[in-house]
Amino acid sequence: MCMTRLSDLPLDKPVTLEPMKAFPHLRDLVTDVSWNFRVKKKIKPFKPRPPDAPDGTWRMAQADVDRVQEFRKCIECFLCQNVCHVLREHQKHEEFIGPRFLVYAAALEMHPLDTEDRTEELRQAHGIGYCNITKCCTKVCPEEITITDNAIIPLKERVVDNFYDPLGKLVKLFRPKAQK
Amino acid sequence: MPEYQTFEHDVLVIGAGGAGLRAAIEASAGGASVGIVCKSLLGKAHTVMAEGGIAAALANVDERDNWKVHFADTMRGGQYLNNWRMAELHAREAPDRVRELEAWGALFDRTKDGRILQRNFGGHKYPRLAHVGDRTGLEMIRTLQDHGVHRGIDVHMECTVLPLLKDGDRVAGAFGYERERGRFHLFKSKAIVLATGGIGRAYKITSNSWEYTGDGQALAYHCGAELMDMEFVQFHPTGMVWPPSVQGILVTEGVRGEGGVLQNREGKRFMFEDIPELYKSQTADNPEEGWRYCQGDRNARRPPELLTRDHVARCIVREIKAGRGSPHGGVFLDISWIKQKLPNAAEHIRKKLPSMYHQFKQLADIDITKEPMEVGPTTHYMMGGVRVDGDTQMSTVPGLFAAGEVAAGLHGANRLGGNSLSDLLVFGQRAGKFAAQFAREHTGSRIDAAEVDQAARRALEPFERKGAGTEGPYQIQHELQEMMQNLVGIVRNETEMLRALEGVHKLRGRARRVGVHGNREYNPGWHTALDLDNLLTVSEAITLSALERKESRGAHFREDCPNQESALGKVNTFVRKGPDGLMQVRREPLAEMRGELKQIIEEMK
Repeated sequence: MCMTRLSDLPLDKPVTLEPMKAFPHLRDLVTDVSWNFRVKKKIKPFKPRPPDAPDGTWRMAQADVDRVQEFRKCIECFLCQNVCHVLREHQKHEEFIGPRFLVYAAALEMHPLDTEDRTEELRQAHGIGYCNITKCCTKVCPEEITITDNAIIPLKERVVDNFYDPLGKLVKLFRPKAQK
Repeated sequence: MPEYQTFEHDVLVIGAGGAGLRAAIEASAGGASVGIVCKSLLGKAHTVMAEGGIAAALANVDERDNWKVHFADTMRGGQYLNNWRMAELHAREAPDRVRELEAWGALFDRTKDGRILQRNFGGHKYPRLAHVGDRTGLEMIRTLQDHGVHRGIDVHMECTVLPLLKDGDRVAGAFGYERERGRFHLFKSKAIVLATGGIGRAYKITSNSWEYTGDGQALAYHCGAELMDMEFVQFHPTGMVWPPSVQGILVTEGVRGEGGVLQNREGKRFMFEDIPELYKSQTADNPEEGWRYCQGDRNARRPPELLTRDHVARCIVREIKAGRGSPHGGVFLDISWIKQKLPNAAEHIRKKLPSMYHQFKQLADIDITKEPMEVGPTTHYMMGGVRVDGDTQMSTVPGLFAAGEVAAGLHGANRLGGNSLSDLLVFGQRAGKFAAQFAREHTGSRIDAAEVDQAARRALEPFERKGAGTEGPYQIQHELQEMMQNLVGIVRNETEMLRALEGVHKLRGRARRVGVHGNREYNPGWHTALDLDNLLTVSEAITLSALERKESRGAHFREDCPNQESALGKVNTFVRKGPDGLMQVRREPLAEMRGELKQIIEEMK
């Protein structure tokens, strides 16, 4: 991947470089990654709760911020998108947003101030169900974001909690306005 | 006639880093239709390289801080050549701009009571930098990008502007090409905001990536705008020096803020030997006090490693020239020593400086929690740039605005760390606001088709040049970088700079004969050929301005005039294109400062 050192490779043989496969090829090693920017636009934006203090500011504990800060390390290199089978092999670009944007959605969903609910889209339009947690994305992340375990699996759990949990449904019946 | 596609916006923002995005958001909020042009992909701007933080007198950590102290610090750092109105607005408005980022989703590190944490940084009297570990710039750009894309702003990615177009005196549009297919774009707009960043690529060793070829400065210059303070180029004292492929990459000042010390090959902490008079009262005179400062002791003074960047850079050069440098031509920066002070030092370093830990581990195979880093100066930031009005950010060309690094004024002769991110926010916002206002108050302007045609033909010329006398663009670019590094670098003198000036003219002659191969699709040789003129223009402006300032001040150091001249402390240097097409340089007195601001500076001395 992009961080491979030449000195770690057998240099008596040619080194093959290939363009990313999950995106349309343009020229040489260049691919068209514009799909990623279109996908991001579809994810519901950040919607904060009202400020906590009269001066319009919020209070957050470092511990709550830590979890999301991991996701916000992403430099949008799209390597995770490139190795994801759903995109690379199966070309499900229309039905699945890919690991980068699941991390992005997780950062919003777990943001201490955010009040938006994105689980319905995650389940339907964003196709979170396609991810079968092979963790290829986590392995290639140059920022070492634990994509699958820390972002995707908790999001899958939220979707399950909201849509597939019969006990939860019962509880919600009596508490219709459950807080996020 | 070469073909082009036409786009129309009320406000066109050129550059999509912090300043450009902030300007675009504000112009859009002001009701303007906005287009933003990025030379690279959206979100890849150099802003992400800013690691330290955003300077804003929030007073969350030290309640003694306020805008007045920030103003005085900024002016002192800039050796009083700053546009004082900009320094005032910057200090006053930065806190609101930071809080606004939080409202848009930025997640800063927190104080114990849950507010935005602030850290110490060189030249700032109190802990003032709102930060996210050591990747504050990334947090900022992502927040602005994600907020901006939902505002209906048209983004033109991988697009480079060649000339700006005018209708009479007024700016009327811009002409450029997109990298992907090499097709031409014409942008018609009522107002333009330049936010193209710096000029680092005019030098051989730089923290700047490939985009930073002085495009905005050169565009403005050719369009008739004035440039100011171009002699003030900041060399960041700590860039990586080894391995060669990563030479120049930044090592954040945060390392020194957390207690990192600079040592020569003899293990001596050399910064204690040379503390300038102006800073003596604020600087620790022993290692123990310096360490207490880094630990947040409010009664301790800061260690000499946190003196202004120009001074630290020169001290490092002195050590290297005296033969006391590290094996690869730098000096040592050691943070691992704090294990003598803290029980969990390794973990502490990884938590406080995650990106630095990662960067050295990945790129240099060095564990900074165990061993020292090797560092040396790297071309980092341009204090000078387009002359703008302090309030509106409009240049001397009506309708043409500039914000961020491409604009001049806020930082004077030297910039304090942390003041660049706040600069982007404060003046990005202002440029966007006033550009939208300008667009509202003016009708559309006329663009001369013949001018567009000429620009397109000129851009295609390198493809047509063949045969004897032509050469590729890379050799010229390389020679220019080498020359600027050696002759107009950290330590300057007249003889060398005159040679550089002659060199620039010779290289310009060669650049006119540059030929490129292949076609227009993703052709880096062609793009480099088109960037050459910008590099040559800013190199000439830097050299001429540096020759004009016969003294040493801030980031500009001349060994043939090593002292400050009080008369030159009252003037700025300006550059513009003369009627004969040649570059003219002149001095102009600073504007008289308002009395209350003078008083603040006196009180804070």
